[in-house]
Formats: sequence, structure tokens, C-alpha cells
Amino acid sequence: MKELKIQPIENGTVIDHITACNAIKVLRILGIPEGHSSTISVAINVKSHLGKKDIVKIENRELDPKEVNKIALISPKATINIIRDFEVAEKFKVKLPKEIVGIVCCSNPTCVSNSNEPVKSRFKVISQDPAKIKCYYCEREPDDIAERII
Amino acid sequence: MNFKGKDIISIKDFSKPEINYILDYSKKMVDFAKGEKYIDILKGKVMSSLFFEPSTRTMLSFGCAMNRLGGRVIGFSDPGKTSQKKGESLADTIRMADSYSDLIVIRHPQEGAARLATEFAEVPVINAGDGAGQHPTQCLLDLFTILTEKKKIEGNKVILLGDLKYGRTVHSLAYALSLYGAELTFVSPKSLEMPREVVDECKDLGVKPVSTSNLEKSIRDTDVLYVTRIQKERFPDAEEYNKVVGTYTIDNKLLQNAKKDLIIMHPLPRLAEINPEVDTTPHALYFKEAFNGVPLRMALLSLTIGGEL
Ligand SMILES: Nc1ncnc2c1ncn2[C@@H]1O[C@H](COP(=O)(O)OP(=O)(O)O)[C@@H](O)[C@H]1O
Ligand SMILES: [Zn+2]
Repeated sequence: MKELKIQPIENGTVIDHITACNAIKVLRILGIPEGHSSTISVAINVKSHLGKKDIVKIENRELDPKEVNKIALISPKATINIIRDFEVAEKFKVKLPKEIVGIVCCSNPTCVSNSNEPVKSRFKVISQDPAKIKCYYCEREPDDIAERII
Repeated sequence: MNFKGKDIISIKDFSKPEINYILDYSKKMVDFAKGEKYIDILKGKVMSSLFFEPSTRTMLSFGCAMNRLGGRVIGFSDPGKTSQKKGESLADTIRMADSYSDLIVIRHPQEGAARLATEFAEVPVINAGDGAGQHPTQCLLDLFTILTEKKKIEGNKVILLGDLKYGRTVHSLAYALSLYGAELTFVSPKSLEMPREVVDECKDLGVKPVSTSNLEKSIRDTDVLYVTRIQKERFPDAEEYNKVVGTYTIDNKLLQNAKKDLIIMHPLPRLAEINPEVDTTPHALYFKEAFNGVPLRMALLSLTIGGEL
């Protein structure tokens, strides 16, 4: 049997294959644990056949697609496993949509999307892995996506 | 090809056949642009001219173009006198202009402003420069100038000179010239080199641009010398500006080594980078280039508002 580094959970989400050392950022993007009472376990630098990875386990919470997309921005190889009754009930790979709307703010201080206009930030995804995005407004490509999550 | 209702925000929104169509159509506008012939295909139409940032050529030539087509112009060139100053959003200003006119021309200091305008306007929007971003009508008129002088764009040896890092016109021009397969040489001080993304774009289009800081050597076999001003306002600090301003000056001495039919272009305003003694040589094309903004913009106005020749 496969060894589980962390205690099995009954219900919730396991985010697997997070780029090594990015687990904390993933949690920050998801806004966890603020306002969250469930148990969250984090494993960093876990050895796997593909090298090192991080794993996050969140009990009693199933992630919705919008949150999953946010994760893809910093961990393009991550998989989301929905656990129900101790079993992996659903599993999917994170995938960036064609457009990222309202998730990342533009790195260009004089971009119109950073002023007080009634629009959300909007980026075209130009590469999945590594994640590369281009601002729909100013056409710049932020190279520090992780720092720019809204 | 149908451009009616189409926005003109970035040169990259256009395919080569579309650009060819616009350039051909602009040729037909030349006599009307000079005032030698008369048309009023946009009679009764109104253009909003929203200049949130100063401009001489772009604003005047758009206004001239609309008038030459029989249309009228409303707008401002000093945002200090508008509600913008009271804190009105750009979006709301655009909604107003949309309801008062058949087309909006916008120049704005923030990158992406014209793209944003398209979201709040039903009528077509033309980007007349968005900060350090795009200036597609400048790019088109530069292509138009090369085409009319050299009869074709492909195969010409073109030097882009000066501030290649911050200069918005050279970025879109490098892309557009690559689309046509011109041979490109980028000449600039080391600190103002063409950004890597732009060089990569040219390469993706099959062009292998040469980057150098030596103008004298590169000018010998060149067909088009495109000079740009080193723009103080785009520099993060005065020290960096002072280091590089005045690196290159085009004068008659330098031009001794140039081809007879070399043309010199400049988006203007020029400062010291072209010595006025060059103005009277056959190489000097920058004033004609500025005029070319009129037929080119006439073509765009008539195509997008709809009222073709
Ligand atoms: N009940 C559970 N509680 C906690 N973690 C689990 C549970 N079931 C599976 N996992 C974890 O979810 C991830 C995906 O599981 P699985 O589909 O079995 O593996 P893999 O994706 O490597 O084939 C693994 O990290 C595994 O350790
Ligand atoms: Zn932007």
C-alpha cells in the first residue's frame, strides 16, 4: 500500500504535485486558513517519482474551479483530488483558462486597469507551463505572478 | 474587406492583407488630403477627439482628416478643462463621447486606455497613443511612407535608431516591418536596446535583426533610417537620461557614406538628433511623413465610420 505522509482525511481536498516550496503561496492565494476552522495539513519537499513536490490537504472543503485556476498560476502541474469518504472521488489537473479575470493585478503601475476604472484586471494566458500571462490592456507580461495575486 | 465599426487599438490586431488594404486605400486619399480634390463622404458625421495628453501632429492630422472628408470634430486637448479633473472615470467620459459622436479618437497617458474605451463605446475607437503602449496609426503611416517612397516594404534595409527601449513607435514598427520581411538593424546606446520580447517577435516572423551601437558602419547600405527622439518623459530618472541624450546626431557628414536614395524618417517632434542642415537634402522625409498622417487617417476614418470612396 502507498504510504500516506499525512493522516488520511474523510472529506475534503488534496492538492497534490504543487511545485516544491510553493504550498504556502497556494494557501495564501486560497485565503486559507483565515475564517476556516477545518484542519489543514501541509507537506513540503515530499519526495516523489517526479522529484520534490508539496502537498496540501484541506478537510471538509471542496475547491471550486475559480480557486483551482488561481493555483495553476503558480503550480501548473498541481492536481486536485476531491476526497469523499476517504476515497479519491474526483481528480483533475489544474488548467489555466484562456483568460484570467480579476485574479492577478497588472505589474505595470500606469496600466489603466490599475486606476479607478470600473473594470477587472484581465490577462490572456500565453503559456500554461510555465504559466505566462499578458495583460489585455497594456500588453505587458508580469514575471512575478505569485506576488500579484489579488 | 470590411472595417466598418472596427476598433483600431494595436497594429497586432491586423493581418498583413488588412494592412495592405488600408495602405492601398490611403493612396487614394492623397489628392483629397492635399486639398486638390474635394469629397464629403463623411458629411453629417461627428468625430470625438479626446486628447488627455498633449499632441500636435496626431491631433491636428486627425482633425484635418475628418474635415477633409466633410465630417466634424468635437473634443478637447486639455483634460484640465473637463470633468476628468473632477474625478470622472475614463469609462464615463467614453460613454458620453459615444453618445455624441460616430467615432472616438483617444490619446491617454495610461497604457490600455484605448482598449478600455472599446468596452464602453458602441462606436469605433481609434487609439491615438496610450502612454508607453501602442500608437497604431503612427505605425501605419510609417509603413505608408516607406511604401510610397520605396514602392515596396519587403527587402528594404531599415535602421531603427535611438531610444529603442522606451520608444513605443519603434516596437510596433519593428513588428510590422518584420511582418513584411524587411531587413532590420537596431542601433541604440547599450542602455536603450530593443527589449528582448520585441526581438523575439521579429524572429518569430522570420527576421533576424542585427543589434549594434555603431551607426556609421550600419548606415552605408541602408535604405531607410528611422530616427527617434530620446524621450525624457519616459526615463525613470534624469541621470540615466543625461548619460545617453546626444549619442547620435544625423548630419551631412554622416550622410556622406549613405546611399543616394536613403530616406530619413522621424515620428517628430525632433530635437537635436537630426541637424536642421539635413532638412534640405533629398534624404529628409520626415515632414512628408507627417503629412502622410492625413491620407492614412482619412482612410481609417472613412473605413471605420463607413463611407467609402
Ligand atoms: N483519504 C485521503 N486522505 C488524504 N490524502 C489522500 C487520501 N486519498 C488520497 N490522498 C492523497 O491524494 C493524492 C492523490 O491520490 P492518488 O490518486 O491515490 O495518487 P496519485 O495521484 O499519485 O496516483 C496523493 O497525494 C494521496 O496521498
Ligand atoms: Zn496592464
